[in-house]
Amino acid sequence: MTGFRLSLTPRLDTEPRLAERPFNLLCLSMAFVLVTHALHLPWWFTAGMAAMLAWRWWHRRQGGHPVSMWIKLPIVGLLLAVVIATYGTLFGREPGSAFAVGLLVLKTLETEHRRDARVGIAFGGFALMSALLFDQSLLATVVVALGLVPALGTLRAIEEINPPRDAWRAELAPALIMLAASLPLAAFAFVFIPRLESPLWGAPNAGRAVTGLSSSMSPGDMGELLVDDTPALRVSFDGAVPIAEARYFRAYTMLYFDGHEWSSRTDRFPAGETQPAVSPRFTYHVSIEPTQQRILPMLDMPTAAPADATLRYDRTVVANQRVQATTTYDAAATMDAPLDVTLDPSLRRAALQLPAAVGPRARELAEGWAGQFNHDSLAIARAALGMFRDGGFRYTLAPAPLGSDRIDDFLFNTREGFCEYYASSFTFLMRAAGIPARVVTGYQGGYWNRLGSYLLVRRSDAHAWAEVWIAGRGWVRFDPTGAVRPERVSLGAASAALAGNDGVSFLDGQWLRSVRDRWDVVNQWWNRGVNGFDALRQRGMLQPFGIRRTDVGDLALILAVGCSLLVATALGWALFQRRQGDALDAWMHRLQRKLARAGVARRTGEGPRHFMARAARSLPAHRNALERLSELYLRSRYAHDEPPPELVKQFRQAVREFRARGVVK
Amino acid sequence: MDGAAQRVLAWAERRLPALTRLRPQEALPIVLHRRRIYIVPTGFGLGFATLLGVMLVGALNYANNAALMLTCLLGAATAGSMLVAFRVLNGLTIGTLRADTARVGERIRVSLDLSAHERERSAVRMDIAGTEYAVSVPAGGSATVEFALDAERRGWLPLPRIRIHTRWPLGLFRAWSWIHPDSTVLVYPMPEAMGPSPFEPQGDADRGRPRVGDEVASLRDYRPGDPRRQIAWKLSARHHDLLVKDLEQPAPQEDWRLDWDSVRGLDDEARIARLARWVDEARNGGRRWSLRLPDGYFDIAQGDEHYHRCLTALALRP
Repeated sequence: MTGFRLSLTPRLDTEPRLAERPFNLLCLSMAFVLVTHALHLPWWFTAGMAAMLAWRWWHRRQGGHPVSMWIKLPIVGLLLAVVIATYGTLFGREPGSAFAVGLLVLKTLETEHRRDARVGIAFGGFALMSALLFDQSLLATVVVALGLVPALGTLRAIEEINPPRDAWRAELAPALIMLAASLPLAAFAFVFIPRLESPLWGAPNAGRAVTGLSSSMSPGDMGELLVDDTPALRVSFDGAVPIAEARYFRAYTMLYFDGHEWSSRTDRFPAGETQPAVSPRFTYHVSIEPTQQRILPMLDMPTAAPADATLRYDRTVVANQRVQATTTYDAAATMDAPLDVTLDPSLRRAALQLPAAVGPRARELAEGWAGQFNHDSLAIARAALGMFRDGGFRYTLAPAPLGSDRIDDFLFNTREGFCEYYASSFTFLMRAAGIPARVVTGYQGGYWNRLGSYLLVRRSDAHAWAEVWIAGRGWVRFDPTGAVRPERVSLGAASAALAGNDGVSFLDGQWLRSVRDRWDVVNQWWNRGVNGFDALRQRGMLQPFGIRRTDVGDLALILAVGCSLLVATALGWALFQRRQGDALDAWMHRLQRKLARAGVARRTGEGPRHFMARAARSLPAHRNALERLSELYLRSRYAHDEPPPELVKQFRQAVREFRARGVVK
Repeated sequence: MDGAAQRVLAWAERRLPALTRLRPQEALPIVLHRRRIYIVPTGFGLGFATLLGVMLVGALNYANNAALMLTCLLGAATAGSMLVAFRVLNGLTIGTLRADTARVGERIRVSLDLSAHERERSAVRMDIAGTEYAVSVPAGGSATVEFALDAERRGWLPLPRIRIHTRWPLGLFRAWSWIHPDSTVLVYPMPEAMGPSPFEPQGDADRGRPRVGDEVASLRDYRPGDPRRQIAWKLSARHHDLLVKDLEQPAPQEDWRLDWDSVRGLDDEARIARLARWVDEARNGGRRWSLRLPDGYFDIAQGDEHYHRCLTALALRP
């Protein structure tokens, strides 16, 4: 007789070798993990890992046994070295995920037993989740969730059944069904799991370079950004929508120039005089993709700061926290309110600051204009714009590299570049002519999604322009890029760069545009509904039901009660057994229960006639009723192919009326 | 297992007879139902739950709703797998038992039928006498688990307590139930290895009488009443009279009259072993035999039925 094992898990040495199919499914799961991470791993790393996985799969298929420790150890060392050489560290999001993915693939080298495969799958699930730290768009989430299918399939296949099934479908389809069946509980838990107000430990992305606007700018910085097609903002308007040429979203203003780079320092300037109260012309809602920065781009000019953000002296808006997840904010803007009609002297000094010994020729030019137009700011600015328009300047996203004196080299030699180049040199010229000026970066333009009625602003819509202070009017926006290539302002950076060649791209087809519109609407829904569902929105969630603020305790209670209800429902399903047989059987069962309570239990294998006769003998007081029941049952059951309904009805009536009391002996 | 653990176990078995394996014996068929199915997470399940916890905290910390949703999905699937594990066992019927015969010291082969009504039951495992057997029960059909038990003593061998369990589908939970069928299988006594032949029967009245057999011993004249198929037709054709083949068997085997009381000077077990050997020899030698035991007599006969009856009686000698 077997001894009672306190440990319910089998020991490793008794574990059988993993069969081929679970191993294949394990490799498939690992391949999925690799695919979900491929976008942010270096391509050669992904390729190398894929090759290693494929080799191990082939190797084991040939009957190969686990790889020797003398090969594995150097490979792990190599992985470590490669990750450190590539990222410079082992910690952080990218190197961490690269190392984890590498280790997972290497785990297959020693996977021999069920236990190894289970460990691999468990950490594979973790690695799948970590892929969502990089991209939590709808598509990425769906792909990652699909990655659970082979993982669960592997776990199912590990539970070998006898006789084994041979189709892959036999593992993957049930795993998919299983996931689908767990969706209701998952969705419920997702909605009611209390969100954290503030992270327990450091944000994952701190210190990571995100392509996007930054608080400093030097010509050429945005080159990468202007071809990045991923969404940056989605803006929906209440009522009026600004015309395409007026869609300037200001993010940073930059006052300091070191001859190389414009930057906005954190020095505080007074906010100037209080703005006259103006009624906003546009009220709009922005859903911003994570930028890891605090700045919130605003349609110029914002009339007030949104919640949890501060309006600064230069009418830019800084959020109290970094934008780490898709965030939404409501804002209002006006177009024609003057900004800083009187200029604070310290701000004026800062707006005129120029490094010495930079751009001597440009200074000469600007000083010439200043004399020529008698220091008329507007006229000087027009002259500069005229020079950009007519002076042989070319708009290109791949300009020639600039020499050591960027300003002079651009203005007098290369004469090609994109918005940063123009904004930078225009601002320089203005300052050299004695006019306070600053560089502004942000987004310009955007794509109007007609289906969803919102403006999609992509990273490629990043733009830089200039603001010039003109006495009596305050800061006035000048877009020197628009002077060179007006399409930039009306169509966008990439279109402006392409405007030279007339070929109509296949991708511009109307049907494709409508597909893209729809897809973006879905993404928008996902971002607002799922990714943007934060602690704040969770608390306001139950407002329609009259609960003003749902606190963590309420949420936990709802979560517990709701999950219990769902589990109870599922338990009902699990316990439900289809009633064996028909109505007649059901009523016979009921009669048997009544008789069993009276002390006459039907024995295994006892026929109905014998049983009823025995019951009648044991319960003489009910002899007549039992004989009638017996006769009814036998007639219904055996005199016809199917029990006739009227007989079943009579039997049912008789069973209901039957009251048996146990004989007191 | 040390004393304390044993005491705890004993207490548990006294207090929680349904939970522990010390369920009273029951008659087959046994239908598993919810009151006797228990579920605990496996070691892997515990590890997996820890990992889910880490994923949950990570997703919440990074306010990553997509990751949170993934974690919820995995968690819900895990919870669901518990119910699936339960459903594998719920309603499973452990039906009929069949057993071979074996002698002491051999392994006795037993098969047990599992059946289920509506659904297929995958990866049902049974722990029987220290060995695990896996089987899948098809929907509406039955599956057979074949196993072997060590036959250590003659007589009725009770079935051991059987743990019927499953880790289906994900290996995260183990659902189990103990069953203890009151069925028994019979173990025949071990015949002794060698020893004397049984006594030669004395005063056999049948000695020398020819018997009906296959070989032609002689031809003789027809006497009324001879069966027609014994007539030698071809030879009779050349003769004036009908000739009849007289068939005769070679000298017949002696009948053995085996008697408990005739084996003297041995203890009961040795007597049983000797009688078992004689019964074996009688059967192998094609003899007829009778067996007299203190509490029974099996008259002279031949054949399997007789053999099994004799050995059963020997096996069940107190």
